[in-house]
Amino acid sequence: MIDYFKNVWTWFYTILLGMRITLKHLFAKKVTIQYPNERYPIPPIARNRLHLDPERCNGCMQCARICPVQCITVETIKVVPIDPEKPTMFDGSPRKIWVPRYDIDFAKCCFCGLCTTVCPTDAIKHTIDFEYSSYTREGLIYHFSNMTPEKIEEKKKLLAEWTIKEKALKAEKAKQDSNVSSNEVN
Amino acid sequence: MTTTKFVDIDFSKIDSDRMRLNVGPQHPSTHGVLRLEVELDGEVVTNVIPHIGYLHRCFEKIAENMNYQQVIPYIDRMDYISSMNNELPYVMAVEKLLGIKVPEKVEYIRVIMCELNRIANHQIAIATFGLDAGAFTPFLYLFRDREYILWIFEKATGGRLLFNYFWVGGLANDVYPTFKEDVLNIVKQVRKTNKEIEELLIYNKIFIDRTANVGILPADVAINYGCSGPVLRGSGVPFDLRKAEPYSIYDRFDFEIPVGKGEVGTVGDCWDRNIVRMREMEQSCRIIEQAIEQMPDTGDVQSAIPKKVRPPKGEIYFRCENPKGELGFYVVSDGKDKPYRVKGRAPSFVNLSVLPEISRGYLFADLIVILGSIDIVLGEIDR
Amino acid sequence: METFNVFEKIFGLNFLSALISVILPLVFLIIYALIAILGELKISAWIQERLGPMRTGPYGILQPLAEVVKLIQKEDIVPAGANRLLFNLAPYVIFAGSFAGFAVIPFSAAFVPAEINIGLFYVFAVGAFAVIGIVMGGWASNNKYSLLGAMRSASQMISYEIPGALVILSAAVLANSLDMQKITTLQDGGFWNWFLFGGPGNWTKIWIIPFTLLLSLIYMIASLAETNRTPFDIPEGESELVAGYHTEYSGMKFAMFFFAEYSNMFIVAAILTVVFLGGWTSPFGTFMGGFWWGIFWFILKAMFIVFIQIWLRWTLPRVRVDQLMYLGWKVLLPFSLVCFIVISLYRIIY
Repeated sequence: MIDYFKNVWTWFYTILLGMRITLKHLFAKKVTIQYPNERYPIPPIARNRLHLDPERCNGCMQCARICPVQCITVETIKVVPIDPEKPTMFDGSPRKIWVPRYDIDFAKCCFCGLCTTVCPTDAIKHTIDFEYSSYTREGLIYHFSNMTPEKIEEKKKLLAEWTIKEKALKAEKAKQDSNVSSNEVN
Repeated sequence: MTTTKFVDIDFSKIDSDRMRLNVGPQHPSTHGVLRLEVELDGEVVTNVIPHIGYLHRCFEKIAENMNYQQVIPYIDRMDYISSMNNELPYVMAVEKLLGIKVPEKVEYIRVIMCELNRIANHQIAIATFGLDAGAFTPFLYLFRDREYILWIFEKATGGRLLFNYFWVGGLANDVYPTFKEDVLNIVKQVRKTNKEIEELLIYNKIFIDRTANVGILPADVAINYGCSGPVLRGSGVPFDLRKAEPYSIYDRFDFEIPVGKGEVGTVGDCWDRNIVRMREMEQSCRIIEQAIEQMPDTGDVQSAIPKKVRPPKGEIYFRCENPKGELGFYVVSDGKDKPYRVKGRAPSFVNLSVLPEISRGYLFADLIVILGSIDIVLGEIDR
Repeated sequence: METFNVFEKIFGLNFLSALISVILPLVFLIIYALIAILGELKISAWIQERLGPMRTGPYGILQPLAEVVKLIQKEDIVPAGANRLLFNLAPYVIFAGSFAGFAVIPFSAAFVPAEINIGLFYVFAVGAFAVIGIVMGGWASNNKYSLLGAMRSASQMISYEIPGALVILSAAVLANSLDMQKITTLQDGGFWNWFLFGGPGNWTKIWIIPFTLLLSLIYMIASLAETNRTPFDIPEGESELVAGYHTEYSGMKFAMFFFAEYSNMFIVAAILTVVFLGGWTSPFGTFMGGFWWGIFWFILKAMFIVFIQIWLRWTLPRVRVDQLMYLGWKVLLPFSLVCFIVISLYRIIY
């Protein structure tokens, strides 16, 4: 019998305790904010959308290789010695590789940050922008290369020219070499 | 002309009183995409069959095609609520294979991060448990606090939930300068909220009546099923890997293993499993405070990271105390830069297997509470 | 018989006055429901340290309106295998049941839509109507969750009518009447005359004050169970039964269920107000009394009860079916019986 009344009393009492706490919170300062108008600061280290600086990218493809989900697609064209532009990197050293295509598919990206750690030139970086969306999957593929199609075409042509030239040079060199060696044999 | 065929049916054997109910995969309280096939006799549960696999992502197979570094982001996604604790056993297993000793500072930061993540995990566990019992407000109080912890993670690692922070041999980056003060503030806040939650939810008579003497898991059954973590400790078995076989630097800290004592009901009921989590948060706070005190200020967190992770031929099983239980990784190396096999021993998976055993004979509303008290994460069960 | 309906006095007892008497509570109900929904949203948000809806109108006060518009626009889905007739009828049955209760609620000294001398009895009779709608809806949905919810609801309502009725009976013994208007006028003259504090009388009523307080508490709990609100919302317990008996409802029909719930909340709050908090009478005697103040006091008191209902909802976990039965039959019923006996004895002696 005593247990029964005790039981009823604890029901009543604990409910009152809970009500006291919720009443206290009713007048407490609110923690949520009106998001697009105000926002909480995002630390600069935060890993959100990736951004590539095409000027810095040297086309080493390490990011594409380390990516666990293969969301980075990189295509490269070798810079040939006969290039009239004499391209340079951000620090003035000669550019070895053109990057005509550098695509990141953010539908696949898992924001692990491995690509940023392997990049030798700090070209790829996480930004603090997390508000990007698209109505299509294609809209989530970001193209970072700054080369125009004409330029890519031109560079490809140059490369093709150079390879032919190089082949010829090599063949000539080989011929000379063989001549030399045959001479030696003789 | 049709002939009538007579079939002898013993009608007493047809179970026509039972109702089969599909709970999930879309149901408010299956904690993910779990499907429970429940057999009900009125409101009384007579049998439960969990169906899993809705979140299967082939983690173990993918790991065979990734190098050791690339596996870590996938491991984050196993138990996505306590990623730090997931990374630790894998990273330590590979370190053991390689024979690397990590610097002091790394060990301390790892312990602090793991314990913070343990608090965050238990906050979710208690919050959703309360939600299963119908209390909505404690859920948001706990989530508010968890948000503060996530901010620390975001400031220190860059990720809020999936960190990729522990690397083989070190950390991705050092912590920021005011890290210690922030963590101590969090500890204070966690304690304050826990006091409130105890009054508002844990010791509320309605909540006690809902959870005490429900889903009783005796210690021997828990051991036979291989349960671990709060589910095992709730049954009164003081088994915690941090004490039983101290890994990392857990032997340097002074903390206790909270076990279920049957304070308001029977040992091993849902309330006990929940209170173990509640008390573990306090113990985590203690560990964090001690670790912050002992942590060296200087030191390079990346000094021991090898250039190329290529362990020698061999295999290792390394287990750690995850917030949900014993998480182990079995890593086989064939001497290449990709693991030959990575197998995860997921605590949620093992703990879920005990559900049919302990939920038979209780009401349907109890089944939801029992499921909540086991604290499962489907990402880990299905891997 | 003297009428308390001001429109009957003006227009006479004809169709026009009846129409006004019906439409006026409906308009009030709609406005009240919007305010109560907003209150529910805002109070729950503030209790949980959130801001709540802030976008629709200044401080989000138009949010309930937006939700109604949304619900009207939604597709009306009838699940395959549902019993169409019952499925479509159920929300209106529930709403009719709860709206019928408004007929006898004395909003003020001069306005009761329908003056009948067994008002309290009538409210209880039509209040039980809702369970028919719930069982109809739950059964017709062809959904196991709905059926479970409906069954729970039926058993719950039956067990909570009894302690609730006993409380009303005690109040009727005290007031010597079942007429809501008469009960209200008895309590005129300051809050000390409320039945919450033993009703009008000399100092001897002190003996029954604890019992009347207890009775009001019991009615509060029983009414929570009757309106299916937390901690007794097991028929729709969202973590177990998804949404209980209205799982399959969408659009306007769901809105009807929603509407009926809030209307039920007001009815039980109104009964509590009339029986224990003095209805439309001013708590300060003749100060701030009169027709218009009467409406003000009545709505204020009722809204305070509604606020407590909302407050409780966002504080407590849900009880289980068997615990609900335990509470109803083994706690509330004996306590209300004791109170009833004590109050009856008091009436006999004094």
